[in-house]
Amino acid sequence: MDATIYTLQDYMLRTESIIYILIVATLIGLTGFWLFLSGRDED
Amino acid sequence: MREETVKADNHYFRPFTPFNIVAGIIVVIGLLLTVLRFTRGLASVTNLSDYTPWGIWIGFDLLVGVALAAGGFVTSAAVYIFGLKKYHSAVRPAILTGFLGYALVVLALHYDVGRPWRLPYPFFVQQGTTSLLFEVGACVALYLTVLFIEFSPAAMEWLGLKRARNLVVRLTLLLTIFGVVLSTLHQSSLGALFLIAPSKVHPLWYSAYLPVYFFVSSIIAGLSMVIFESSLSHRYFKDKMDPEHLADKDNVALGFGKAAALTLAGYFTIKVIGIAADNNWHYLATGYGAWYLVELLGFVALPCFLYAVGVRDKNLTLIKWTAVLTIVGIIINRFNVSMIAFNYHLPAGERYFPSWMEIGISIFIVTIGLLVFRFIVTRMPIFCAHPEYKNTH
Repeated sequence: MDATIYTLQDYMLRTESIIYILIVATLIGLTGFWLFLSGRDED
Repeated sequence: MREETVKADNHYFRPFTPFNIVAGIIVVIGLLLTVLRFTRGLASVTNLSDYTPWGIWIGFDLLVGVALAAGGFVTSAAVYIFGLKKYHSAVRPAILTGFLGYALVVLALHYDVGRPWRLPYPFFVQQGTTSLLFEVGACVALYLTVLFIEFSPAAMEWLGLKRARNLVVRLTLLLTIFGVVLSTLHQSSLGALFLIAPSKVHPLWYSAYLPVYFFVSSIIAGLSMVIFESSLSHRYFKDKMDPEHLADKDNVALGFGKAAALTLAGYFTIKVIGIAADNNWHYLATGYGAWYLVELLGFVALPCFLYAVGVRDKNLTLIKWTAVLTIVGIIINRFNVSMIAFNYHLPAGERYFPSWMEIGISIFIVTIGLLVFRFIVTRMPIFCAHPEYKNTH
C-alpha cells in the first residue's frame, strides 16, 4: 500500500479496486450481521 | 390533573437535595462567567486564537449538542412516517430533549460569536445564500421553530388551551417531514463546514464524505440518546409515568438498540471506505492513526457489536451502557474533527486547549438544560397522556 503512485489512473485504479473489494465484503458482512442481530427474534 | 400537578410541584420543591445544591453552585458560577464574557469579551474567558477560532463552545455545545438532539427527528420519523406506533411513548420525551438541545445550542452560540446581537443579520440584512454556515443557521433556526411547535401540544394541554392544541396536533405529520428534511440538511452541513479546511483537519478525519459521516452518526447519536434519556427518566421520574410508558420501556430500548446496531455497522463501513477512497491506510501506523483506530474500533465497532449482543440476548443493561459508550464516541468524534485533529500540524505550544471558564460555561449550559427538562417533565404531560386527551395522539 505504500508503493509510489505516479498517475491519477494508478491512484483511481488502486483506490477503486480496494473499494470494490470492501463493498463485496460489506454486503456479505452486513447480511451475516443482520442474521446475527435478528437470529433470536420471536416474530 | 391540576391537583396532581400541584402535588407533583410540591413533591419536587425540596431546595437542598444534592442535585439542587450542585446545580445551584454551577448556575451561580455560570452566571458570573456570563457577566465576565459579555462585559470583558471573548479573550477574558477563552483560549481561542486566530489559529483556533472555534473551540469547545462549537466542538461540544454546538456539534455535540446538535448531534445528540437528533433523537427528536429520528423518533418522530420512526413513529409518524414509518408507522412504528409501538414507539409512540418515546416521541414526547425525544421531542423535548431535541427542543432543549437546540435551544441550548442557540444559547451557547450567543457566547461564542463575537457580536451575538448580529445573529439575525444573515436572515434580515445580508443573506449569504452560497455559504454553508448560512444554510446551517437557517436550518437550525427553522428546526428550532419546528421543534417548539412539535413540543407545544404538551404545554398547551398543561395550560388547558384545547383548541390551539388540537390545531397543532393536526400538523404533526407535516412538522415531522419538515423536521426530517431540515435535520438532514443541517446535520450534514455541520460536517461540510470542515470541507473548507483540507490542510487543517488531519487526513484521517478529513474526507469528502464528512457531511455523510456527520448525518449518519447523528442518527446513531439520536437513537442512543433516546435510550440513555429513557433509562435515566425511568429511574428518576418513574412516578410521572403512566402504564403505557412503563410498559413500553423495554420495547423502546430493544427497537432503538437494534436500529443503532445496524446504523453503526453502516457507519463503520463508510468510514473504512473513506480511508480506502483517500488512500489513507499509511496514516493508521502513526500516533494519530492509533487515536483514529481507538475511535473507530472502540467507539463504533465495539458499540455496534455490544448493541447486537444486547438486542439478541434482550439484555437491557448492556443496551443502556452501550448507549453511554456510543454517546461518548460521538463526543470524541466531534472533538476530533473540530479540535483534536484540527490544526494537527501546529507545534504543541500553539495548540488549543479550552480554559476552565470555557468548560465552566459548557457545564453551566448543560445544567440549565437538565433543570428546564426537570421543570417541564414534572409539570407537563411528557411521560403520560393527559387525562383529557387519552387515545387522541
